[in-house]
Amino acid sequence: MSAETTSAVGPVEGERLYDVDNPAPLIEPPRKRTKKSPKTARTNFELYGWLFMRLSGIVLVVLVLGHLLIQLVLDGGVSKIGFAFVAGRWASPFWQTWDLLMLWLAMLHGANGLRTVINDYAERPTTRFWLKNLLYTATVFTVLLGTLVIFTFDPNIR
Amino acid sequence: MATPTLDKVEDAKPASAPSPYITVTFRIRRYNPEISSEAEWQDFPIEIDPKERVLDGLHKIKWETDGTLTFRRSCAHGICGSDAMRINGKNRLACKTLIKDINPEKPITIEAIKGLTVLKDLVVDMDPFFQAYRDVMPFLITKGNEPTRERLQSAEDRERFDDTTKCILCAACTSSCPVFWNDGQYFGPAAIVNAHRFIFDSRDEGGEQRLEILNDKDGVWRCRTTFNCTDACPRGIEVTKAIQEVKRALITRRF
Repeated sequence: MSAETTSAVGPVEGERLYDVDNPAPLIEPPRKRTKKSPKTARTNFELYGWLFMRLSGIVLVVLVLGHLLIQLVLDGGVSKIGFAFVAGRWASPFWQTWDLLMLWLAMLHGANGLRTVINDYAERPTTRFWLKNLLYTATVFTVLLGTLVIFTFDPNIR
Repeated sequence: MATPTLDKVEDAKPASAPSPYITVTFRIRRYNPEISSEAEWQDFPIEIDPKERVLDGLHKIKWETDGTLTFRRSCAHGICGSDAMRINGKNRLACKTLIKDINPEKPITIEAIKGLTVLKDLVVDMDPFFQAYRDVMPFLITKGNEPTRERLQSAEDRERFDDTTKCILCAACTSSCPVFWNDGQYFGPAAIVNAHRFIFDSRDEGGEQRLEILNDKDGVWRCRTTFNCTDACPRGIEVTKAIQEVKRALITRRF
């Protein structure tokens, strides 16, 4: 904010770029409002998304804090983690389910959160499109790869 | 014989009573597309009683210093909702803000409300704002034949939506919302408040339609509960609470 007193009349002496017949272009806010969306375009997606964030958040508090506790604190701490430790855990369907649930919920929760952030901050339609594309690709890749590893993990791999 | 009494009181005052006037600097963001594509801050030092309102200061500038200063005001008493502006970085009504309440020792910054196209100085294009308002159908919707007498309502039913009837459509809430700043497609708090006023009205039967409209991807789910709207509302409406109540109505309707 400039503290100096400036005159709003005539920024440059002599040369005038704009006048009554040729006003400066107005600066429109991003994504100016259009008419309301057609009825067919309305779904409950945002409602379910909003609910999912709350419910998955509650579950993730238990899953992630439990995960961190087991991995980093209990039973010798982080130094115990190795190939054998992971192989031992994934021999049990309980830990397989735990990790699978954590993977899916965390990835979808995070992806939906980032989608919201992109919707809130990216102004140009092309930016929005590409950022979301990148986000969805990364999410699908991570979720599929993680699921594949959990189900096809081979403790005897060489 | 009231006049002599008044005279006496005035006479009784010492001639050198301390002047209530102080010098206040109004730092106003000026914009005129006929002159420049850039907005500029301009300082106006004025002599004014700090118990007066910001709007009085703007009048003083417009009437005595610079007639080109452009701003909206109609009733000047906090009812018409036309003089919402960003004063010291906060959305307020110029006609309800006393100069003494906003630290007159420092320059008082005044600019147009954010998120809407500035047309000149403090005047913005309100069309997108009213478009969102119209889209929630802010009128009574009923089915069947019209009753022959008035539609009665209990005091409790009236109380349910009392808060949101206070809205004067000044746009202070909508233009304080960071989601609206970046995405004009969002309905904005004011439209949701006015939908709330009818959704929770026991006489109205269009609530379902309005909920459906606000279930839109640019509807209530975009609210981040930053409470900027509640802070900005010059009528003291609990705007964020109203938005949350619409969300709750949508969820309880579905499940």
